[in-house]
Amino acid sequence: MSTTAVAPTTGVNYLNAQYGIRSWLLTTDHKRIALLYLGSVTFFFLIGGAAAVLMRLHLIEPQGALLEPATYNKMFSMHGIIMVFFFLIPSIPAVMGNFLVPMMVGARDLAFPRLNLLSWYVYIVGGLFTLYAVVAGGVDTGWTFYTPLSTTYANGNVMAAALGVFITGFSSILTGLNFVVTIHKMRAPGLTWFRLPLFLWAIYATSIIMILGTPVLAITLLLVALERTFHVGIFDPALGGDPILFQHLFWFYSHPAVYIMILPSMGVVSELVTCFSRKRIFGYSFVAFSSVAIAVISFLVWGHHMFVSGQSVYAGLVFSALSFAVAIPSAIKVFNWTATLYKGSVSYQAPMLYALGFIGLFTMGGLTGLFLASLATDIHLHDTYFVIAHFHYIMVGGALMGYLGGLHFWWPKMTGRLYPDGWARFSALVIFIGFNLTFFPQYILGYLGMPRRYAVYPEEFQVLNVMSSAGASILAVGYLIPLVYFIWSIRYGPPAGPNPWGAKGLEWETPSPPPTENFEEVPVVEEEAYAYGEKEAHVV
Amino acid sequence: MAAHVVAKKTYFTVFATLIGLTALTTYVATIDLGPLNIVVALLIAMCKASLVVLFFMHLRWSSRLMHVVGVAALFWLAILLALTLSDYRTRPWTPAGKPWGTSNIQFNR
Ligand code: HEM
Ligand SMILES: [Cu+2]
Repeated sequence: MSTTAVAPTTGVNYLNAQYGIRSWLLTTDHKRIALLYLGSVTFFFLIGGAAAVLMRLHLIEPQGALLEPATYNKMFSMHGIIMVFFFLIPSIPAVMGNFLVPMMVGARDLAFPRLNLLSWYVYIVGGLFTLYAVVAGGVDTGWTFYTPLSTTYANGNVMAAALGVFITGFSSILTGLNFVVTIHKMRAPGLTWFRLPLFLWAIYATSIIMILGTPVLAITLLLVALERTFHVGIFDPALGGDPILFQHLFWFYSHPAVYIMILPSMGVVSELVTCFSRKRIFGYSFVAFSSVAIAVISFLVWGHHMFVSGQSVYAGLVFSALSFAVAIPSAIKVFNWTATLYKGSVSYQAPMLYALGFIGLFTMGGLTGLFLASLATDIHLHDTYFVIAHFHYIMVGGALMGYLGGLHFWWPKMTGRLYPDGWARFSALVIFIGFNLTFFPQYILGYLGMPRRYAVYPEEFQVLNVMSSAGASILAVGYLIPLVYFIWSIRYGPPAGPNPWGAKGLEWETPSPPPTENFEEVPVVEEEAYAYGEKEAHVV
Repeated sequence: MAAHVVAKKTYFTVFATLIGLTALTTYVATIDLGPLNIVVALLIAMCKASLVVLFFMHLRWSSRLMHVVGVAALFWLAILLALTLSDYRTRPWTPAGKPWGTSNIQFNR
């Protein structure tokens, strides 16, 4: 830990340069837009979380303790839609990406600052449509909107919810575009591609998926709307369509989309692991290219969601083999992070605890993905709690852990304040324990045959379900603690100084919080990323 | 992207070609070519799309990187089509199941 020599609160920075609601709602400063996103994704996280709490309370008893079965269906749909499209997909890219991409490349803003603000408004409009669908009575299609349920049987709110997702999709396309152009065009002198922080490689790969995949989701939802309103036969066999076509189109986007959620977290972990082991990353180019490889291969595996849905077994074979391929670049990353720890001088500050949690939990989620990608085992495991456990290990244990790790790492930069480290480590621990208690039993439940999306279950599953619900309440506490101390720190936290972790990277060379234009003069980069342990690194 | 100035004449020529191709599509729709119906319609549509991308969207005068972007979009479309067809085209390879009750599989209870 370096000193807190500079008192940042005295200078003019992006937070106090202007005051008033207007200065926020009309800002084009990427750092302020990042905070707008931070507020809104947190809001959606709390709503999605509330739905999860109700579901876990309900499942304490085999007959269901709380909700009508129809309400239960609406709860898991709302939970999935909000958490995937309104929390996880925008979380790291729109909050940390927005804040950090320009700072890490040494620029004053993103390439298209107004487009950036527009992205936030588009996101909010999409969110309002979806919230309307919830208030108007909810939808029961699940986050996957499968046909024919969504086209023929479900109520009219499906259209509002789907429209919300459709609109929000454009927000992520625009954000992705902004990042790609910025990384190509606005790198500081000396900042070659292979000197970029790995977070940027990850964000770049994520942006590619956003740009290439999201339009397909938009078209698919549009086709659902066409069929519902004008009875054009696309998915309905009675009109000459094919319901499985929907699954192809949906998963063509949604499998890559799971990598939209995890890749940015992987980028964050690369930053954290190097900083807190005071070492260069092991195998920089492998980690960098594995991000790109994941982005490309992720588009080739979507059929593994359709092994038992009527897809031809021959296509199943191909998709199964390709799914195994996507595990390779994921594993490369895990091994390289571990190798980076080796003989490093590792310290266990809060961000590092989250990063270590990520590595373990992501590995478990990824490996169980391989069980599911095997044709034979998937017949047993498909649509059971095993699948639920698989993707929560990755999305909550992985993506969310990375998000929190990143938030703890860059919070001092964003706000200029330190949070209480003891509480932060404590909450990381609570989250880790609560998480495993919630989701490990779900692997066993699924293996034993408990289907997902059911409001009731046989008596013999009660013990494991109660364990899971107990874990969920611990997890909820774990998430609320950071909410409290982060808010507390804004007012009462001690000043952070420009570089409280002694970290490398351009973003640590400006005051915290940074001035509106980020850098007083254009920085010049003369060394590799993560030049930790160099003799008194000389950064210009 | 240094703005490339394109002669107005080029734009009008391309526009006229697009209109012409639209007329052609309409005309071809009145002739029954059997399975070729859809092929011809899509071919004409692809020509029109290429004209729009090359001239109206200036891809013709853009940097190499922009060409890569254009090709990538097509490549990704090809992935979508190829792997989706890998399902539809191979479905007939699996013999259809027999109707209920006529199968020779015995279930012992
Ligand atoms: C090693 C790479 C991975 C493999 C091989 C893999 C494999 C699979 C398979 C085969 C399924 C379908 C199971 C079934 O429905 O029967 C599945 C479901 C799922 N996976 Fe993964 N997965 C991997 C990584 C990920 C990642 C990184 C995420 C998220 C960040 C993720 C999120 C999901 C989700 C959300 C579902 C369930 C979708 C639904 O039906 O609602 N997976 N995975
Ligand atoms: Cu998948």
